[in-house]
Amino acid sequence: MGFDFGIVKEYIPFFLKGTGLTIGLSLAGIFLGTIIGLFIGLGKMQSNKWLALPFVWYINFFRGTPLFVQILLIHFGVVPYFIGETNAIAAAIIALSLNAAAYIAEIFRAGIQSIDKGQMEASRSLGMTHVQAMKHVILPQAVKRMIPPLGNEFIVLIKESSIAAIIAAPELMYWSRAMQGQYYKVWEPYISAAVIYLVLTLTLSFVLNRIERRLTTG
Amino acid sequence: MIKVEKLKKSFGSLEVLKDINITIQPREVCVVIGPSGSGKSTFLRCLNMLETVTAGKVFIEDVDLTDKKTNINKIRTEVGMVFQHFNLFPHLTVLENITLAPKKVRNRPNDFAKTKALELLQKVGLSDKANVYPDSLSGGQKQRVAIARALAMEPKIMLFDEPTSALDPEMVGEVLEVMKQLAKEGMTMVIVTHEMGFAREVGNRVIFMDQGFIVEENSPVQIFDFPKHERTKSFLSKVL
Repeated sequence: MGFDFGIVKEYIPFFLKGTGLTIGLSLAGIFLGTIIGLFIGLGKMQSNKWLALPFVWYINFFRGTPLFVQILLIHFGVVPYFIGETNAIAAAIIALSLNAAAYIAEIFRAGIQSIDKGQMEASRSLGMTHVQAMKHVILPQAVKRMIPPLGNEFIVLIKESSIAAIIAAPELMYWSRAMQGQYYKVWEPYISAAVIYLVLTLTLSFVLNRIERRLTTG
Repeated sequence: MIKVEKLKKSFGSLEVLKDINITIQPREVCVVIGPSGSGKSTFLRCLNMLETVTAGKVFIEDVDLTDKKTNINKIRTEVGMVFQHFNLFPHLTVLENITLAPKKVRNRPNDFAKTKALELLQKVGLSDKANVYPDSLSGGQKQRVAIARALAMEPKIMLFDEPTSALDPEMVGEVLEVMKQLAKEGMTMVIVTHEMGFAREVGNRVIFMDQGFIVEENSPVQIFDFPKHERTKSFLSKVL
């Protein structure tokens, strides 16, 4: 088995385009997933059990069913229902964001609830409101604890964006599969894709490490 | 200054406080003793509404805390509390621990809050620790910072919930010393403790609680030397 660098070189423009979309999908997923996740997490934490129920089931659904199923439902069902036609990139962003939000919501909740309840009591005993205590005492401590699991989730998100190939969103795996189809080659497309994913995930974990270290030292 | 009427508190089906009635005067140092599970800490925590009360009324300076219209945050600025496990804010320096609430709740300017905090640190003997984080302090030092933090709000009443129970024995003295000083200055204090020597020396009144009731309350001499109730006698015979 010889590794044909010629065809890899030929595909560089497509890999670049695909990587661009993979990064785009991942960033959109991270951004929207974090915002939606914060909202879902706060919803789940409210003391009224009935009002918390929809948020609980949101998390149950998106964590309890495969992303594969979710992306197909959204691509062939939800998006056409609203705009009358399919749109692979929109469907991929929506599916990735909604799915990540479920995990991120749990990370937020766990981070906040991991702070000893004495911290809230001490804050309240000094006359702070619940919001002041959250802002000045609970969240600054919780955020530090959320960074490692959040980083983990972001890395998972980059890798899972590859599922968008199944609905023909032209990201990295889409072009790898196209290359396999064109040349009947396995190693060249998929080793190339693996290396690119590895560069993306290692870069992200390097950045997150730096942030984590900065937070814990200062 | 503090008036408690027919206070009841249940956790689910467990009734922890059954019928508490007491009035505490300004400048009084009131020590609450009793076996574990007697409701001492719960009683103390009802005095600043860290626990919601099930029935009855709690008045601080004639304001009814159980009234839904009462601004509880405002009352809490007048009632300082010191916890068994210190509950210092680990992400803030000692100085920031003390100035946070005065700045955010009382809207004190930074310089003012800082000057006051440094005075308080001097008072508790920790002037040199202003810029370190709580992690680097011993238990006794942490508790003294916690006292300074509560005092920074200039409260009229101080509540102490077993302030020395989590300390190594050799550190108990330094915390009690600060509390003694506070008592001398005329602070109104309610103290839940197992330090009987301290209760006798500093308390104006000792309250013995058991099974959710106040069994006996009297001057320290009366309680410790001439207890009236059998339960008080049997408790004291075990701890003295």
